[in-house]
Amino acid sequence: MLLEARDITFCYDKNNRKILENFHLQVESQERVGLVAPSGFGKTTLCKILAGYEQPEGGEVLLDGRPLSSYGRYCPVQMIWQHPEQVINPRLRMKAVLEEGDQVEERIVGELGIEPEWLSRYPGELSGGELQRFCIARALGKRTRFLLADEISTMLDLITQSQIWGFLMEECTRRGIGLVAVSHSQPLLERVCTRIQSL
Amino acid sequence: MEIEEVKDREEREPEELLHIEHLSVSFEQYQGGMEKGDLQVIRDLNVTIRKGEITAVVGASGSGKSLLAHAVLGILPYNATRRGKINYRGQELTQEREAKLRGREIVLVPQSIGFLDPLMKIGPQIRKGKKDKASRKRVDAILKGYSLKPEVGELYPFELSGGMNRRVLVSTALMETPRLVIADEPTPGLEMKLARRVMEHFRELADQGAGVLLITHDLELAMETADWIVVFYGGTTLEEARASDFQEEKLLRHPYTRALWRAMPQNGFAAIPGTQPYAAHMPTGCPFGPRCSRCTEECLQPVPWKEIRGGRVRCAHTEE
Amino acid sequence: MKKSFLGWNGRKRTFVLFTLALVLLGVVTLWGQLGAEKALETDFSRKDLAPCLAYPFGTDWMGRDMFLRTLTGLSMSIRIGLLAAGVSALVAVVLGTAAATLGRRVDSVITWVIDLVMGIPHILLLILISYACGRGFRGVVTGVALTHWTSLARVMRGEVLQLKEAPYIQMAEKLGTKRLAIIRKHMLPHLFPQFLVGLILMFPHAILHEASITFLGFGLSPEQPAIGVILSESMKYLAMGKWWLALFPGLLLVLTVVLFDVAGESLRRLLDPGSAHV
Repeated sequence: MLLEARDITFCYDKNNRKILENFHLQVESQERVGLVAPSGFGKTTLCKILAGYEQPEGGEVLLDGRPLSSYGRYCPVQMIWQHPEQVINPRLRMKAVLEEGDQVEERIVGELGIEPEWLSRYPGELSGGELQRFCIARALGKRTRFLLADEISTMLDLITQSQIWGFLMEECTRRGIGLVAVSHSQPLLERVCTRIQSL
Repeated sequence: MEIEEVKDREEREPEELLHIEHLSVSFEQYQGGMEKGDLQVIRDLNVTIRKGEITAVVGASGSGKSLLAHAVLGILPYNATRRGKINYRGQELTQEREAKLRGREIVLVPQSIGFLDPLMKIGPQIRKGKKDKASRKRVDAILKGYSLKPEVGELYPFELSGGMNRRVLVSTALMETPRLVIADEPTPGLEMKLARRVMEHFRELADQGAGVLLITHDLELAMETADWIVVFYGGTTLEEARASDFQEEKLLRHPYTRALWRAMPQNGFAAIPGTQPYAAHMPTGCPFGPRCSRCTEECLQPVPWKEIRGGRVRCAHTEE
Repeated sequence: MKKSFLGWNGRKRTFVLFTLALVLLGVVTLWGQLGAEKALETDFSRKDLAPCLAYPFGTDWMGRDMFLRTLTGLSMSIRIGLLAAGVSALVAVVLGTAAATLGRRVDSVITWVIDLVMGIPHILLLILISYACGRGFRGVVTGVALTHWTSLARVMRGEVLQLKEAPYIQMAEKLGTKRLAIIRKHMLPHLFPQFLVGLILMFPHAILHEASITFLGFGLSPEQPAIGVILSESMKYLAMGKWWLALFPGLLLVLTVVLFDVAGESLRRLLDPGSAHV
């Protein structure tokens, strides 16, 4: 499959400066693309546009030539956020959080190092690294075709970082899921990605 | 005469600015229903910060790094209890003393940009409301130091990007001339170049005689800028090492520190399995024991400190 | 560590306080209901008695037992308060949620109505509505219900607006969760505690307003043993030294209001994460 951003323009306010202008990106299913950009570039905004959270001012996001919205309720392009605690309902137990995903396989949960005992806990009782594992598992449902990773390991320690990326690289290769990784760490992207694009 | 006196006092002052020994922090919490329990999050934590040096504390999230900062500043949540000893400039740091020094001699560069007042323009925020000419000049100089335009002073936090706000946070600490700077994760979300610039500012502060406590999970950055690196795991200090020890794996003392080193993308990106234990299920001995290949009987008891090669380690197996 | 009463921790104390307040209010309501007939009994052989053991609140100029009359009046007030606050809270939730979800135009209309209702003095609007609805039980309930929903509606609108932007709810949408499921799983659990506390804290207002318009003669009819009626009748006898006719009913009304307030506040403390571990 091909994820394509065509001619994307975006600004938060009508008269404000443009955050993105005529932006192009093409990612194939077999690829893991790293995006490097100076801070203030709007990397998070870009990810949100690619995953359909925000509508661009101009241009379009296409998956195999069709707009994202034509793929039904479940978005085949899933985004993993920098701060996992923001995307988890603090009042749900972790088991329910995991069930929000699209029939996430047991195997994925196990390979991410999620311990069965964590499932009965509330988000406040887990560390950022543990929560991020849940977010990744949840995003890897059956119908996911592309994954956007927005600084997903910035807040994590080195060992958790390499555990998570090790898993993601293997999983994406196995299932033919395309990956877009945003990070400010060049050495990390060099390890993880098949291609790096500077913005 | 006066100058001599000042000099004399400075010389007599201990080199150790902040000395933390056997610090423990626990939280009183309700467990499900009506029963209250204690959750010990930090136990037996040791850190020393010296004048003119940057001490970096590295560890996983949940290792107690941020709580350490909050304990020193006296801003722990209402249900937390602190035990152990914190000495600041040779004297015990009591609650009253904390409140007096906080924001003046001891300043915090907070972790989250949520600490910025969303309804206050950047300039006044850095000046902390001061309106005199010297303060204004200083703000402009500080902004320039972070390659922010002077116009940024007239904007509100929501009009800046995450990275720009982060630079603003750091600059709020620079308005005063602090003796102890505590920086809680000051750089995530910043590209390397800017992160380095922030670090340079901390280095300047240290060169002026301040002690800097840098709390981070970014070992690479800590290696580049800090003088000392203290490794936290599961609420305990496992190792205190000179930053230069991190050049080579064999100079490191604790198996966890070595695992961290090997997990760096440029050093092999190798991950050991498992996760840090939850505070309620922390083993009595070495907290890294359950994940350590060299774990033996001795590691199940509290492990004493060993002084090795100018650093300290709490591991039963490290040899000279 | 502080030693606390009976070794109870904060949460236990709050819970006991909450239950106690509810039980007391329940007892008042039931007792007043059961004694309603006796409260109407007149007996001129015992008229104008000062408080004594047999008649703790004394009797009035027709020989009616003031204790029972007060309880019956309060029970009536509580029932009116319950009904009016319930309806009011329902209106608040529906309008608040509608304002936050049905687009900008609906929002501006509802916000405008909220401002309008809030702009008119409560008591004035209440009297008008009650009068227009023919006074009595129906008039009072309609009046109180139609005037008390505004602040809760505003809170609800704000909460829903904020929730809609919450990243975890946006995430749920992208994960294909159905709209109703999002409301049920993510929004209601968050809104319910606020709603409940708002509802309970609305009771004392409703009760006080019921009593005051009845006192002024725009509420319940004079035959009904309402607190407002009792208080306004006793006014005439106060100058004659019959202090007990106003004092005890008044005190009990204040006590009821305080009990509701205690119940609401303790519930809020139990549910609010900011004080959950006190």
